[in-house]
Amino acid sequence: MAQDVKPRIRIPAQVKPGEVFEVKALVTHDMESGQRRDAAGALVPRRIINRLTCAYNGRPVFDAALEPAVAANPYVAFFLKATESGFLDFAWTDDDGTVYRARQAIKVG
Amino acid sequence: MAHSFDRRRLVLGASVLSAAALASLVLPRAASATPQAAAELLQKLVKGAPRQGRVVLQAPDIADNGSSVPLTITVESPMTAADHVKAIHVVADGNPNPGVISVRLGPHNGKAEVSVRIRLAASGKVIAVAEMADGGLWTASREVAVTVGGCGG
Repeated sequence: MAQDVKPRIRIPAQVKPGEVFEVKALVTHDMESGQRRDAAGALVPRRIINRLTCAYNGRPVFDAALEPAVAANPYVAFFLKATESGFLDFAWTDDDGTVYRARQAIKVG
Repeated sequence: MAHSFDRRRLVLGASVLSAAALASLVLPRAASATPQAAAELLQKLVKGAPRQGRVVLQAPDIADNGSSVPLTITVESPMTAADHVKAIHVVADGNPNPGVISVRLGPHNGKAEVSVRIRLAASGKVIAVAEMADGGLWTASREVAVTVGGCGG
């Protein structure tokens, strides 16, 4: 099935150095579990986002392995400690090997 | 990390083929996991017996719709270089496959809290295990009653 994959990221507009803030990341994806049957009774093959990573100015800061038990349009939120302004780079890996990427600027000061 | 993703892109064609081949080989599995399957998976994910405590699981007692159940896992930790949470694993024993999510954390996270929306096929126990920097293991679990299951089918 063609997927319209849209990443959405939410962080505070500005954070202070040392501040711990929440990062909310969502990507539109069916997360086809491999358990569901189509109208003809055949199992719909599994196709999920199996990994989400986040790097803060190139440093890996979050790595999640997702199973089919994560809901469609996978939403994951976690915390980061602000160090310096720059970018958060997110990568979602699909079962088919595609990597969906998103970059979010972060303002620290 | 960037290197492995670039490589992934190169082998994209090959992985699409192998994914399709794998999918066609997958046989229908048992309808639901058991507490035993969940315990076995946890034994694979972490080595040792976790102690109760330091982990707090927030989830609704009753989930009307099992296809999207909000879950928040908080681990009591100063998240310093010496004392932090290395990983959190979540399993659900009411699902066809017990695995839910495993996350890797470190001192740069500042706070050991992760939220995720999960699927629950049937009422059961959601279990979280936290792996600390010193190798300590802590756990918490929570019963969630599901009105309408969320794994399709």
